[in-house]
Amino acid sequence: MSVTVIISIVAYLILAPIAGGLLAGIDRKISARMQGRFGPPILQPFYDFFKLLEKEPITVNKVQDFYVMCFLIFIVITGCFFFAGGDLLLVIFTLTLASIFLVIAAFSSNSPYAQIGAERELLQMMAYEPMVLITAIGFYLINGSFAISEIVSSEKMGILYLPGIFLGFVFILTIKLRKSPFDLSMSHHGHQELVKGLTTEFSGKTMAVIEIAHWYENIFLLGFVYLFFVNTASWSPVLAVAVCLVTYFIEILIDNSYARMKWQIAINASWIVAITLGFVNLLVIYYVR
Amino acid sequence: MSTIFFLILFPLVVALALLVLKTDAARDIIVKVSAIVIAVASIYLAFTYFGSGGKFFDFENESINYLMMGIEICLAILIFYLGIKHKKYLASVLAAIQAPLMVWFELSIGHGIHVVNNLYIDRLSIIMVLIIGIIGTLITWYSIGYMKDFQHHHHDQPDRRPLFFFLMFLFLSAMFGIVVSNNLVWLYFFWEITTLCSFFLIGFTRTKEAINNSFRALIMNLLGGLGFVLAIIVLGTMGTLELNQLLLAGMMGYDLTLPVALLAFAGITKAAQMPFNSWLLGAMVAPTPTSALLHSSTMVKAGVFLIVKLAPVLSGNLAGIMVMTVGGITFLMASFAAISQSNAKRVLAYSTVANLGLIVACGGIGTSAAVWAAVMLIIFHAVTKSLLFLCVGTAEHNIGSRDIEDMDGLFGRMPKLAAFMIVGISGMFLAPLGMLISKWAAMKAFVDSGNVLLVMMIVFGSSATLFYWTKWLGKMTAIMAKQENIQGKVHKEEWLVLTSLTVMTVVICLIFPLMSTYLVVPYLTAVYSTVGTLALSAGNMYIMSGMLAIVVLLPLLFYGKTNKRIVPIYMAGANLGDDLSFENSMHQPTSVSLKNWYMEGYFGEKKMNLIGVLTTTAVLLFTFAVLLGGVL
Repeated sequence: MSVTVIISIVAYLILAPIAGGLLAGIDRKISARMQGRFGPPILQPFYDFFKLLEKEPITVNKVQDFYVMCFLIFIVITGCFFFAGGDLLLVIFTLTLASIFLVIAAFSSNSPYAQIGAERELLQMMAYEPMVLITAIGFYLINGSFAISEIVSSEKMGILYLPGIFLGFVFILTIKLRKSPFDLSMSHHGHQELVKGLTTEFSGKTMAVIEIAHWYENIFLLGFVYLFFVNTASWSPVLAVAVCLVTYFIEILIDNSYARMKWQIAINASWIVAITLGFVNLLVIYYVR
Repeated sequence: MSTIFFLILFPLVVALALLVLKTDAARDIIVKVSAIVIAVASIYLAFTYFGSGGKFFDFENESINYLMMGIEICLAILIFYLGIKHKKYLASVLAAIQAPLMVWFELSIGHGIHVVNNLYIDRLSIIMVLIIGIIGTLITWYSIGYMKDFQHHHHDQPDRRPLFFFLMFLFLSAMFGIVVSNNLVWLYFFWEITTLCSFFLIGFTRTKEAINNSFRALIMNLLGGLGFVLAIIVLGTMGTLELNQLLLAGMMGYDLTLPVALLAFAGITKAAQMPFNSWLLGAMVAPTPTSALLHSSTMVKAGVFLIVKLAPVLSGNLAGIMVMTVGGITFLMASFAAISQSNAKRVLAYSTVANLGLIVACGGIGTSAAVWAAVMLIIFHAVTKSLLFLCVGTAEHNIGSRDIEDMDGLFGRMPKLAAFMIVGISGMFLAPLGMLISKWAAMKAFVDSGNVLLVMMIVFGSSATLFYWTKWLGKMTAIMAKQENIQGKVHKEEWLVLTSLTVMTVVICLIFPLMSTYLVVPYLTAVYSTVGTLALSAGNMYIMSGMLAIVVLLPLLFYGKTNKRIVPIYMAGANLGDDLSFENSMHQPTSVSLKNWYMEGYFGEKKMNLIGVLTTTAVLLFTFAVLLGGVL
């Protein structure tokens, strides 16, 4: 492992939760403004996080904390693989493993609301997984490698070859970032939630772990967006970061313009997007190559 | 070479002995001793030929050919008779076409062809021998206890266990024959023996359903057998009956598409690919060890073995396109259909069909990277699927149901079994375990093949796979209060086998880089002379092993430990304290039951099968129409 790889991993470990938390704070502020409210301070997610740590330590069984901890560990490992320039498929498979731990944590409680949340989370995974894999395959086809280190140092700018896949990815990003209309399993909008969805049986420190895991997760999800815009040109990272921020803003806008939709629409829409935008884009690359 | 004979003949002798011995004690001892002997002999064989790049044995003996022909004729007469007796005339018709055709061929054209090497052993054979010799015998060991329970549950029926164990060992013998035969006529002979063994095993309980399903399996496999006979005849007219010469000629550019397509068709029927998947689904009426055997180390593995063997001559021709399309469609539709099933054995069966589809598709692509994935899939699938079937068998005998919905709280009732099942299920689809590693390689091979439709099939099929395994995993991991532990009643033979398979599931994931380096890659080098870059770089393989260590260590260190106060779960009304019922708004107690999602409207079994069967039939018909059109 080279020094730069170690630096990237350490930077990710330290900076990702800070950036992720700030992003969540900005998200809440912008959402509030869109809804005509003043909104909480930008640092509110951090205040919430520390408050959760202070809560009374209770749980519904002896095992769910273990699963949630595994969720955090593997989310962090996924991020490390990503920022160390690892294999894109490895990143996706590790992310799947992490997500499965969260679902299992909810299942393990054997609680009605948590289980509905868990089934819905699974459904969401089934909905977005094809598009995520197609994204990786798209990058592989234009760069000849799944390695993120080679994708970022390629002369080709992904978006020029993968516009359809980019749109498809942004579409399923709505699910991954847990934004309406596809925030079926857990939502930040209390009024449309089934009790507390997937997280019904989590509390205190366990909730804090889930929060921080999501901050870690959101950062490398935006990293995927970054990959589409980066190439050897020196200005491209600036452009890529800007696009990431714009994408996140658009997700907030979508979040606040839609109510939660039925699960059928989530899976239909995601798969149709994968088949149209994803498949057609792949076809074009195959035949243009 | 004597070890090869021993592996074919010894199980045969054991089978005959078990057929005549009626006492439990004698059977127990013979099964256990011979299981150990067969496993040791397989390992010995692996060590003996490990270093050789592939060895051929002439072993010329005219009388063996006549003996095989004689047995074939007897078996054909038996099938003909049974078909008439049970009014399954199609089986009789197929037997009446196939056997005379074969006899005619052997006496006329076949007689004039000099077969140089009848037997061979290469690294792929070694892998298959190890799978059959270790997994197969473990299943027979497990059957000892299971069949006692089975007889106990069906005490109104005559004790047919001698027949059962006879068939199990005969099956192993025939499988050893398949993986070491270079003479296609011999291969065909063993191939038909496995067809008949599975026919009798599926019909074991002699219920109406069992008989119908066994004939369905028989008819479909005889159809494949007919394809095999035709392939032999076409090849015979070209002048060879040897597998290695077929591969050599094909790779040198001779047009062998028609015979190869016919052989691949035989493989497709045996590997239960659509449109023939229904025989494997029907096979679950048999006692569970039968399913475990059919799904993991025998029968279907013979089908994929043949296709993987043919992979070098499938690459880039119409036969290859047929094989990869059928495999791809089967993978996708069977994965979808599995979502709609709540019967554990049906979920496992659809998952087998799907994974075989993946292997078949890899074989059809035929590049060295695809074959690497296919071989790895065969290994991992054999271990993991036998574990899962046997777990379901044990669960069924102890909780009285094989429905996943009835496995609620299994973690409390049978913690050890639930833990084994969790390992098995995770092994089927999660990183860093075996099936995912192979699926990863398969995906890369699909992408490199340039077939975008196939890529879409694996992408969507994988997502469905994730869904149906995880919802089962959820049932396994759910903690329900106040469950009585009932696992004391399980036979110790069953525990031994389940424990070994669980350990193997994990260990083969740890040592798979070694298997790749010392078995699979040398095989590929021998076949393809050059091996392209593998899907998984060495670095990624080490990362996988490292992740596995984390996944194993974390639960050992931290699982089930908490110093938090345990509180009841949230329910829509006041929890009555047992986490299973609550007080509703009318102050009445209401009990809670949780069910999984089956999404019948999306993934209904009938619909998926219909689509799969129609498309694959069209692909097969189209291919053979073109191939025959080219010949005529």
